[in-house]
Amino acid sequence: MRDLTNDILELIRRTSTDLPPDVEQALGAARQRETQGSAARGALDTILENVTLARRDSSPICQDTGTPIFIVRYPAGWSTRALRAQIREAIAQATKKAYLRPNAVDSLSGKNSGNNLGDDTFPTIHFEEVEGKTLTIDLLLKGGGSENVCAQYSLPHTGLGAGRDLEGVRRVVLDAVHQAQGQGCAPGVLGIAIGGDRGSSYMASKEALLRPLDDVNPDRALADLEARILRETNELGIGPMGFGGKTTVLGVKACGLHRLPASFFVSVSYMCWACRRRRMIADGDAVRYSDRSDP
Amino acid sequence: MIELTFPLSDAAVRDLKVGDPVSLYGTMVTGRDAAHKWLIDTFIKKTRTPQGDDAQAIEALTPLLKGGAIYHCGPVVAGLDTKQYRFVAAGPTTSIREEPYQADVLQHFGIKAVIGKGGMAARTLAACQSVPAVYLHAIGGAATLIAQTVTRVVGVHKLDFGVPEALWVIEVKAFPAVVTMDSHGHSLHAEVEAQSRAALDRLLKA
Ligand code: SF4
Repeated sequence: MRDLTNDILELIRRTSTDLPPDVEQALGAARQRETQGSAARGALDTILENVTLARRDSSPICQDTGTPIFIVRYPAGWSTRALRAQIREAIAQATKKAYLRPNAVDSLSGKNSGNNLGDDTFPTIHFEEVEGKTLTIDLLLKGGGSENVCAQYSLPHTGLGAGRDLEGVRRVVLDAVHQAQGQGCAPGVLGIAIGGDRGSSYMASKEALLRPLDDVNPDRALADLEARILRETNELGIGPMGFGGKTTVLGVKACGLHRLPASFFVSVSYMCWACRRRRMIADGDAVRYSDRSDP
Repeated sequence: MIELTFPLSDAAVRDLKVGDPVSLYGTMVTGRDAAHKWLIDTFIKKTRTPQGDDAQAIEALTPLLKGGAIYHCGPVVAGLDTKQYRFVAAGPTTSIREEPYQADVLQHFGIKAVIGKGGMAARTLAACQSVPAVYLHAIGGAATLIAQTVTRVVGVHKLDFGVPEALWVIEVKAFPAVVTMDSHGHSLHAEVEAQSRAALDRLLKA
């Protein structure tokens, strides 16, 4: 078992400073759709230029580098205790190198730890043992402005006329995007989980954000729902930064979870345009990185 | 694209309408939660007596704020040990937290532009009409690009508030923003909210 601290540091650097190509392409396409000279187009021009500068200078795309969420899939034989220690060390080093901003605040004392290390939930690390010999680590940097506009609904929802079916899901998601307006740094990406308990539902909605924007959900009904919500949220006209415009949402990724007969939760995780995610793959001694973190 | 250089005249402010893209030049001052509270308590409501370097700081800031701009931003700054300050990341922070203070601060100091993200509410909009002033929306997340429009860090006041909360005096060149609240009582945020509400109602009826 080798020490991966330096490789994880590089994973963090890439995630924070280099926006995945699928997101950049979607922003570029959105720019083309907005009218020349409009505020929406100007916002996307600025965003795209910022993405280029951040990559060139290896500096954070956004100063809010968010909550680091790691999903580690490890083959038998790895120690999760050692991996956790390496991830935490890499986070502290990345903060010192200014790839990350110190973001871990003690909720009781109000003190910022200064090195991005808090308790066991900061950074967030999920471990799952897998078959085979390959270890993969996915990283998502989830910013605060967009986290503040995430929403969870308990269906049925009378006010929105939302029952316990996919039509109900569509209705509450449209409401969530309307409520968010531009506050989550639109255009955003939506991760939607249907079912689960409140905790597992939110977590699954975040994991859905790891899917590349151009993939297609293998479940036909969910694929149709994603396409419809994408089309309809963009009909809301909120636009980049809430300036009004044609693109409010860049992508929609939905999944279903088993639930209790009594509960039907729908969780909507809103990810800002700075949709920062990366995968690291370790095979024996060889480590490589991927722009795509497909399931 | 309209170029604006601080300080702004009343006429220049009155010419601006919601939706106008602008490019900013000249001097501005950063200020967020601690700065607004300090300005209100010490110099406007005077519930706190000036202490330490407060008097000196306000003497330096007052002429810069007159006709000038306050930027809701907690920057990442390099060169803290040598005092050769340089802005590394300087995107806007959410403005609505300053809503309880902003109107009084605009009026008292004659500030002509508030820069931030997410927009502000009724009291600030009313102050924009009377001062007159505008709210300029910067591009959330564009931290590296905005930092590169900062050509010079002139100085800093109340650094004891911490780097993000201090009042940094900066010079900018071609800082991009959009007018989203103007001096005629219009708010792009309210307009987009209403339009998207109508679209939502339509989609939910279907
Ligand atoms: S919501 Fe995203 S882009 Fe906007 S400030 Fe936060 S992290 Fe940055």
